[in-house]
Amino acid sequence: MADVTFTVDGKKLTAPAGMLLIDACRKAGIEIPAFCYYPGLSLQAACRMCVVRQEKVPKLQTACTTTVAEGQIFVTDSPEITQARKATIELLLGNHPLDCPVCDAGGECELQDMTFKYGAGESLYVEAKQHREEQKWSPAVYFDRPRCILCYRCVRMCGEGMDVWALGIQNRGASATIAPNGGDHLDCEQCGMCIDACPVGALTSDTYRYKTRPWEMNHVSTVCTHCGDGCKVTLGVRQANDGAEIIRADNRDKSGINGDFLCAKGRFGFDFVESVDRLTKPLVRNAAGKLEPATWEAALRLVAAKFKEVRDAGTGIGVIGSNTNTNEENYLLQKFARTVLQTNNIDHVRSTDYAGFALALAGTSGRAASLHDTTTAKAILLIGGNPTEEHPLLAWNLRTNFRHNQARIYIATNSPIKLERQAIKSLLLPIDGYESFAEFLSGSATEIDSIAEAAAFREAVVAEESLLVVFGEEYRGAAIDSLIQWGLGREGVKFAYLGDYANSRGAADMGLFPDLLPGYVPVADAGAFALEYAGMPSSAGKDAVALFDSAAAGQLGALYVVGSDPVSAYGVDPSALKNTFVVAQDIFLTSTAALADVVLPSASLYEKSGTVTNTYGDVQLVKKAADKAGVKPDFEILIRLAGAMGVDVKKLVPFGQIGKTGGGVSADMGQSRGAQSGEVDRHAVWLTANGLEPRLSPFDPLAVLDEIERLVPSYKLDRLNLFGGNDSATEPGFVPVSSLVSARDLILPAHDGLFTSGTLGAHTAALTELNQYQNQAVAEVAAD
Amino acid sequence: MPRLVSHPDEVKIVTSRFGKGAADIDRFLELGGYESTRKALAEGPEWIINEMKASGLRGRGGAGFPTGLKWSFVPKVSAKPKYVLVNGDESEPGTCKDHLIFLHDPHAVIEGTIIAGLAIGAKTGFIYLRGEYRYLIQIVEKAVADAYAKGFLGKNIFGSDTEFQIIVQTGAGAYEVGEESALMESLEGKRGIPRIKPPFPAVVGLYGGPTVINNAETIASVPHILAMGGPAYAAVGSERNGGTRLFGISGHVNNPGIYELPMGYNLKKMIYEVAGGIRGGRTLKAVVPGGSSTPVLLPHEIETLGMDFDQVGKAGSMLGSGGVVVLDDTVCMVEFALRTISFYQHESCGWCIPCREGTDWLKKSLTRFHAGFGTMKDIDNIQYLAENMMGRTFCPLGDAAAMPTLGFVKKFRKEFEDHLDGKPCPHAKHLDVALV
Amino acid sequence: MSTETMSIFSPALATRFDALVLKYPVKRSALIPMLLYAQDEVGYVSDAVMAEIAERLSITALDVKNVASYYSMLRFKPAGKYNVQVCTNISCMLRGGYEIFDHLQEKLGIGHKGVTADGVFSLEEVECIGVCCWAPAIQVNYDFHDELTNDKVDQVLADYKAKAATEGAR
Ligand SMILES: Cc1cc2nc3c(=O)[nH]c(=O)nc-3n(C[C@H](O)[C@H](O)[C@H](O)COP(=O)(O)O)c2cc1C
Ligand code: SF4
Ligand code: FES
Repeated sequence: MADVTFTVDGKKLTAPAGMLLIDACRKAGIEIPAFCYYPGLSLQAACRMCVVRQEKVPKLQTACTTTVAEGQIFVTDSPEITQARKATIELLLGNHPLDCPVCDAGGECELQDMTFKYGAGESLYVEAKQHREEQKWSPAVYFDRPRCILCYRCVRMCGEGMDVWALGIQNRGASATIAPNGGDHLDCEQCGMCIDACPVGALTSDTYRYKTRPWEMNHVSTVCTHCGDGCKVTLGVRQANDGAEIIRADNRDKSGINGDFLCAKGRFGFDFVESVDRLTKPLVRNAAGKLEPATWEAALRLVAAKFKEVRDAGTGIGVIGSNTNTNEENYLLQKFARTVLQTNNIDHVRSTDYAGFALALAGTSGRAASLHDTTTAKAILLIGGNPTEEHPLLAWNLRTNFRHNQARIYIATNSPIKLERQAIKSLLLPIDGYESFAEFLSGSATEIDSIAEAAAFREAVVAEESLLVVFGEEYRGAAIDSLIQWGLGREGVKFAYLGDYANSRGAADMGLFPDLLPGYVPVADAGAFALEYAGMPSSAGKDAVALFDSAAAGQLGALYVVGSDPVSAYGVDPSALKNTFVVAQDIFLTSTAALADVVLPSASLYEKSGTVTNTYGDVQLVKKAADKAGVKPDFEILIRLAGAMGVDVKKLVPFGQIGKTGGGVSADMGQSRGAQSGEVDRHAVWLTANGLEPRLSPFDPLAVLDEIERLVPSYKLDRLNLFGGNDSATEPGFVPVSSLVSARDLILPAHDGLFTSGTLGAHTAALTELNQYQNQAVAEVAAD
Repeated sequence: MPRLVSHPDEVKIVTSRFGKGAADIDRFLELGGYESTRKALAEGPEWIINEMKASGLRGRGGAGFPTGLKWSFVPKVSAKPKYVLVNGDESEPGTCKDHLIFLHDPHAVIEGTIIAGLAIGAKTGFIYLRGEYRYLIQIVEKAVADAYAKGFLGKNIFGSDTEFQIIVQTGAGAYEVGEESALMESLEGKRGIPRIKPPFPAVVGLYGGPTVINNAETIASVPHILAMGGPAYAAVGSERNGGTRLFGISGHVNNPGIYELPMGYNLKKMIYEVAGGIRGGRTLKAVVPGGSSTPVLLPHEIETLGMDFDQVGKAGSMLGSGGVVVLDDTVCMVEFALRTISFYQHESCGWCIPCREGTDWLKKSLTRFHAGFGTMKDIDNIQYLAENMMGRTFCPLGDAAAMPTLGFVKKFRKEFEDHLDGKPCPHAKHLDVALV
Repeated sequence: MSTETMSIFSPALATRFDALVLKYPVKRSALIPMLLYAQDEVGYVSDAVMAEIAERLSITALDVKNVASYYSMLRFKPAGKYNVQVCTNISCMLRGGYEIFDHLQEKLGIGHKGVTADGVFSLEEVECIGVCCWAPAIQVNYDFHDELTNDKVDQVLADYKAKAATEGAR
């Protein structure tokens, strides 16, 4: 829309015609109070807080419904307006319990803030207030009716935002109340979005109720540790006697890649951090064959000695990395394996065929979608999966895109999914329909053609000028390739490939493969890595399954498993590992750790810093929030292990004083950046410009990020953005086509739903309870 | 069956067929029924709208918006179907005129609806009656069925190639549903919450299509206007207030009832002559001129007051729905104010804060006040609250509650003060008028 | 849902509903009439009523409840066979509406929203019922009785009582 100019409080403002006045004002820094207005949801004009005076209009107007047009003149701040707002607050407070001292929202309550601002200090109301007991609507959500100001945000959030419609308004007038669909309880997805949307303390969460005051917490912005969408999450952290505990997770500031969204896992799934099952001391298997606590010193010394012994004896050593550790940790792990252990026997429990995806996209650019594309794409083709359960943020984005931009969503799955409600067309595929789907799209006759709506579906999809193709675990290897080749043959087609865990994509990008280095560079054609990775063998190593086969055959001297549970993932027979020295590094005693000779307790993603990459390739910063006595971040453990093995740590991690006096050969601070070498140290300039110290510690994972950026073709990150808490997109397609090989298909999709999250989920009491509650509700419905 | 009354000053236009069995379609035809529809069909939309404009007819639902002008706002072409909506939700206390129209002359409403449809190019009309009017719904439904049977409704009305359908709808108890956009919500099967305006119904109304909504009396006047001609109708009334109006006189008069009088008719005369004066020869204390939401008038304010939208407006009140409620000197104004506000408290839809909380607070304060536990500060608070509701609510119901309250407190402040200090109310009969 | 399938309503009402949902441009427009007619038959808006109506209109039961709880004629508990609704709003109040209400409370021995032990009568104080000019007035179920006095009220009650005796209470 064309821009128009109008006047607010004597200031000339410009905004697109038709923009809501409240938004135009907020953009210009003019604050207009509002309870019921919530950007992105339907308009209510119910709270009457946003009243403004428009010239030549007899009544006060609501800024939340007034659209701007050329030449309008508004006053948003005058005694009349202040009085109107004050009177509204007085009315609200009349029947409000005023229990701020014990209310969860105290200190971050919009009603409190408004009262403070407009000063409805004196109570004109002398009648008895209506008291009502708080209600427990679900294991996650509580409702405190007297505190509710009826702004209807929760109702709209649940209905319009989540497409769940579990909250309603019942009765009318002063008896009107928000009510859940189950009568006295909620049958819903338990996302907790209603709690975030509530401007007061009417909706509160079980995990946070009566735990603390907001100002007693530190708020740390980091990335959710659960699914591959990678929502930004703000953790409320408080000091505890064994470190710092997380007591709340939300995204109320609406920042980051997910805006205002967070699902149940992101919001309630953090208590694994405090689980009594946490490993907090290194364990070493004693003569009697039992794991017993040891000091870090002793444990690391033992591991170092054993690894050296096995390496030097050449009896075979393997490494398995993690889908939830940071990029820096995974990068360092593979570098450690390749240069210190001198083996390419490294892998991870693959949840998705990112290597196949990279291979298919090799040599292209602009074809890999960022998560942001899902909110703006005009047409989306979703093949397989069920985002509502497995990729809640993607589902939210698609719904929002549909609601706001009338995005055309096409869905092809082999069982019906909820997102079809937003789809313009959907197609129920035969069980093996995914394989032939690309063929079907390109117009060849396949069995799909026998479905009645198939032709119309294809016609509509093909007619789209631009298309975002979203697909997941149903596709690997050749199947990915055929789908992508179909899309590459057309203009305006982008792809998003869905994988499971918080950093599955990062694990793949960072080269946790026996045959691929970071950035999917083949081991056999290592290029720049060959120069820097002294000691790396030049041929591919063994993949995870082959490693266990070797172990079973007695040909694996040592196995180092970091942050993953391959024993249960691959169903490994414990006896296979009896002749292998196994080191497991984890936060829980997994099936793998239970078989290990040494167990090293590591920090969770909420207890460390670094970066992770979501399944769309968007890199985000992870910040340390909580702290647990006894554990160490995997990064630090690796450095200490390398140190104990007598390695020059500077070769592993570039750190140290910048400039003439300091820095080892690999302590790259920018000096060796190709064409830029010889120039002023870019990194130092960057650090200085941002008021930071040069990296002085080998335990600073960001030192490794410098190296990743330098060596991994697609990781050219926008640092300012990244450090500002935003995401920075990467694309896998920069690898030269000629050099690629396809990895063996070892994909094990996790199939986690809204309340499960692999090992983490099993140790998260809040999620376990929600999962039981939901299963019980489903069982009851089935029994009816 | 409500009693019909009569007075020589009446000008019987809308009531001309009352008591004559016109609910029967054949009888209605004998009395000249459906002639205006045929004429309208022949003459076309422009002619209809011009006649309506010339008639000076202003909406009888309360706001008094010129009907012809309202119809002319509807866009000629529309992608979505257009609709005519007849507002028969009649719930404003003191108002019972539409009741008689549906009872005695349902075909007049049907005719008016068809004509409005012809004027704006709608193919469907809805007649929405409040749920309490079940026996009237049956009468109207029968009338509609008879009109279908005669071919006056349907695919080809009166043998033309014009289509018009009528659907009769029932409410289920909600005053707010009388507000035009809330009525549309209700008709769409939702809670009766008003809609954000703009867009106005003439552009985006029922089911998103352009919609004309009129009060039942407004609609029932239409065939008569076309029959007698717009200018002739206008001439009956006063300046800028064409025609007659059904005034419902209730309360302390000797002959309460519905009287059809020309617009601008003197209020004092209406009370003392038409309605036979104050019951038991008592003294007039106050008049609510147009339904419970209109501010009360004092005896001296009605001496020369002509009952039309402009004159009553100038006198500081409103003509509203034409429900004249007469109060004699036995009435406790605090109790009357309390009963009035407790209605609005009960009927507030609850959407917006000033109305939901304001009416509730006013009711509670007035209940306590009337029970003898008031303070001087309460009187100021009541006024302050009402003043702060005025013009701030989402729809006019908030104003409808605040306006009369302000009138009572300002004009009868002395009587409020007399309730202080635990003094028993000289008029009080009921201390507790809580309606849950 | 069609009449043949399981319905909690009588065949006549079920058939009526089948037609009603097709009458409007949008199915959901039938909701409020359906609720009222269902109440007329069942006596109140029960959970089962809401569930079946929700299904007939393809909306959620919550949605039905949201709407039903808005309208004051709809109730969620059974009333008496004859629900006596007394208007006490201004025009009626001026002409003795409260006296009528008091008289009824005394006669029936129940208060606002009460139901007599035999289930024949229930009593309710209501807002203006649109018969202001013939005040004071009451509505018994859907029948109006206007220009009342206590004596007339007694007669009205007696008539309904007799009717109940012949028809049997609900
Ligand atoms: C709270 C409220 C209640 C109303 N109730 C009625 C009503 O019962 N009947 C009616 O005709 N108009 C009622 N109106 C007025 C309608 O909104 C609308 O203006 C009217 O139906 C238009 O018809 P008219 O132009 O013929 O008057 C009400 C308005 C408000 C704000
Ligand atoms: S003024 Fe507000 S609460 Fe009152 S009826 Fe209108 S919208 Fe509803
Ligand atoms: S006031 Fe009783 S019917 Fe209107």
